[in-house]
Amino acid sequence: MNFIVEHYNYWVVVFLMMVGFYIVISANNLVKKIVGLNVFQTSVFMMYISIGKVTGGSAPIAAEGITTYSNPLPHVLILTAIVVGVATTAVGLALIVRIKRAYGTVEENEFEHKEELI
Amino acid sequence: MTEIIDLVLLAMLAITALSVIFIKDLFTVVMLFGIYSFLSALIFVNLDAVDVAFTEASVGAGISTVLMLGTLALTGRKEKSSSRQTILPLLVVCVTGAALIYGTLDMPPFGDPNNPAQQHVAPRYINDSPREIGLPNMVTSVLASYRGFDTLGETAVVFAAAIGVLSLLGLPKQDRTLIQSGLKSHLVLRVVAKMIIPLIVLFALYVQFHGDYGPGGGFQAGVIAAAALILYALVFGLSVATHVVPPKVLKILAALGVLIYAGTGVVSLFLSANFLDYSVLASNPVAGQHIGIIAIELGVGITVFAAMLSIFYAFAGQAERKNIQ
Repeated sequence: MNFIVEHYNYWVVVFLMMVGFYIVISANNLVKKIVGLNVFQTSVFMMYISIGKVTGGSAPIAAEGITTYSNPLPHVLILTAIVVGVATTAVGLALIVRIKRAYGTVEENEFEHKEELI
Repeated sequence: MTEIIDLVLLAMLAITALSVIFIKDLFTVVMLFGIYSFLSALIFVNLDAVDVAFTEASVGAGISTVLMLGTLALTGRKEKSSSRQTILPLLVVCVTGAALIYGTLDMPPFGDPNNPAQQHVAPRYINDSPREIGLPNMVTSVLASYRGFDTLGETAVVFAAAIGVLSLLGLPKQDRTLIQSGLKSHLVLRVVAKMIIPLIVLFALYVQFHGDYGPGGGFQAGVIAAAALILYALVFGLSVATHVVPPKVLKILAALGVLIYAGTGVVSLFLSANFLDYSVLASNPVAGQHIGIIAIELGVGITVFAAMLSIFYAFAGQAERKNIQ
């Protein structure tokens, strides 16, 4: 039982990562692929934050009477990663909009063979 | 208790992610993704990462969802069913997943204070940063001061992404005709929006300048301020919003934020310290750190605000053009 509690977070992380991975490689629609990519990305965030957690710890904001804090470093890395993640997602979505304009579709199998159109 | 909450929330997260695979209606998929982001934010709070939760709730659930909906408005909301084979991807995913699960068996136990990750730089940040930087929020200290160079890079990436989106889609022109768009006919929405938009802006300013003491900072504040204007544009129409904050101004602001950040670094260089070492900005190091952190957080806030809003303008401008045609 203890073993499960100690590794549960990591297993869910792996599960989420694989769900995201599956969506990215199997989805035909590009918007759905982006959603999959975001699911994958969030699983990595979850991994970092899980590593930084200390049992019985508090949020890393210094206060009277608190001696144990969780690790602030993963929080910093992930905080900026989230903002960069949405910025790159926006670029991906903008590319999808341009693909739609050029080919009239965002389904991957429909524009694969349409290179000559550009 | 924390463990049980963690258990339940993570299970809900897994179910939400799984349902994304099977749903063909992309609007539902995007909404599920919003739920997914909010659930992640809750988990982050439960794992003590309050700053991260704040960012995830405003960025992941807010801006990402709006941008995805904007894309759906242009590309259609139905996913076509395809005859693509699913066995090979499933096999690849199962094999990779099994390998990763095998890898997690060696991971140090979750939450143990003696884990390697807790042994190296973290104790220094936890024990010394409130004294060295003078701020109770260690995340802000590390973000803005110890790893200030890193954050400068991230701000530059956000700026670069905004340039990328604008060069792909272009900004809407600021026209004087004021086309009727948005949801202006809905009285309730209009009144409620008028009431809460000033409060959202006020909250953004609070988050910006209180980030040193509580959760928050430039990244979150920039996104929240952008969300206020996005709401304004949704309710009152894009052309009205571009009158309030013209796209030209946003272009200048996005660059200005990065400039303020890098400029702070250059100032400390001229005062014969390292790049982004704020200790020399005032007579004593702690006061100097404080000035430096306020300056660079302001830079971050301005760039993130301008980048997010101009990205939204670009998407909304496309949708508007499609409606007119």
